[in-house]
Amino acid sequence: MHRFSREQIAARVARDIPAGAYVNLGIGQPTMVANHLPPGREIFLHSENGILGMGPAPPKGQEDPDLINAGKQPVTLLTGGAYFHHADSFAMMRGGHLDYCVLGAFQVSVRGDLANWHTGGKDAIPAVGGAMDLAIGAKNVYVMMDHLTKSGESKIVLNCTYPLTGLACVNRVYTDLAVIEVSTQGLVVLDVVDGLPFAELARLTGTPLTDGTAGRAAG
Amino acid sequence: MIDKFVSSVAAAVADIGDGATVMIGGFGTSGIPSELIDALIEQGAKELTVVNNNAGNGDVGLAALLKARRVRKIICSFPRQIDSHVFDALFRAGDIELELVPQGNLAERIRAAGAGIGAFFTPTAYGTLLAEGKETRLIDGRHHVLEYPIHADFALIKADRADRWGNLVYRKAARNFGPIMASAARCTIVQVREAVPLGALDPEAIVTPGIFVQRVVPIVGVAALAMPQAVA
Repeated sequence: MHRFSREQIAARVARDIPAGAYVNLGIGQPTMVANHLPPGREIFLHSENGILGMGPAPPKGQEDPDLINAGKQPVTLLTGGAYFHHADSFAMMRGGHLDYCVLGAFQVSVRGDLANWHTGGKDAIPAVGGAMDLAIGAKNVYVMMDHLTKSGESKIVLNCTYPLTGLACVNRVYTDLAVIEVSTQGLVVLDVVDGLPFAELARLTGTPLTDGTAGRAAG
Repeated sequence: MIDKFVSSVAAAVADIGDGATVMIGGFGTSGIPSELIDALIEQGAKELTVVNNNAGNGDVGLAALLKARRVRKIICSFPRQIDSHVFDALFRAGDIELELVPQGNLAERIRAAGAGIGAFFTPTAYGTLLAEGKETRLIDGRHHVLEYPIHADFALIKADRADRWGNLVYRKAARNFGPIMASAARCTIVQVREAVPLGALDPEAIVTPGIFVQRVVPIVGVAALAMPQAVA
């Protein structure tokens, strides 16, 4: 079976983020989206620790311990960027000021419920960070994740079995098999990876899906 | 003459008592007031409640405070990190209490304490484990959860420069929790890279006005440690 690579998924998300957008990229896989934003398109990256206009990683040897991203990796500040404290940073996130956030996920439900912070395992150490704030606060919540678990179960589900991050908050899911919009009419498939028939995607997913790929170019 | 400068970190943290609630600034290791934490470990206060975004990195700073068994409870948003092994072991052994708070609620609860707010409603965490048992209200068609402020006895934070009135400016993203923690604690203790004369800080650019600051300790040599290769 063909799959979108992680780089392809990141590129597909980047393609959908317009010029002028204020964007928060979650730690892990979503960080890769930054590498695929077209150079000519001005987009403001927000980092929850207190940066707007975050730039790429610095050249080796020029890392600054006071200038890191949410994943604690060294970054740079673009010309025109700004620093601010945590309450201001989360006002941006919770107050509806961010246009997009991109998050990883364990599961997304057909209503757009998101589970991405805790497996609920007995020995698991929980950590939530800003995930719940982004889930309720960003205008568009995009998720990047594998479509299936390692054992082949769909991560798109009727009801999340992992602890929830937010209710009905996800707008779109980008997986290695498809791009799926969460709409009021249910899940609408916008793109499928080449060579995967819609019926097979629906079988693997196991939830009701609407085929919205007609007339669209595949990603 | 008002002079908030204190000569040593030991003197600055001397009156932190057993059972105190202590806010510690920083996000990961950026903005962590390492020298003040080391002084607190040396001082010996125990049964502390610590408020920080994380739960320590590696074996130094906050992690060392945890390892010394001085912390009864930690209030934080993201304890699990690649190098949080000290916290992880204490937590799994049941030797530390964890209050896990969504990061925006952590920031806003601290801010609310500093601003005299009694409580606030927020949509964050509605319908999740982290809102279980909490009062909720439907406001403008949206579900909200009631959250209370977090007050502290002491805040330990790190800034870049201060004057003797306690006015502060920070450096880059190390600002993070500093300004809000300074406002939420009864006594705010700040370590700074540089002490400057009154008037040296641009009044238009002071981030934390001195009213929120009680003690300031200049740390000699931090500049070299903090900025191995400053980016222009």
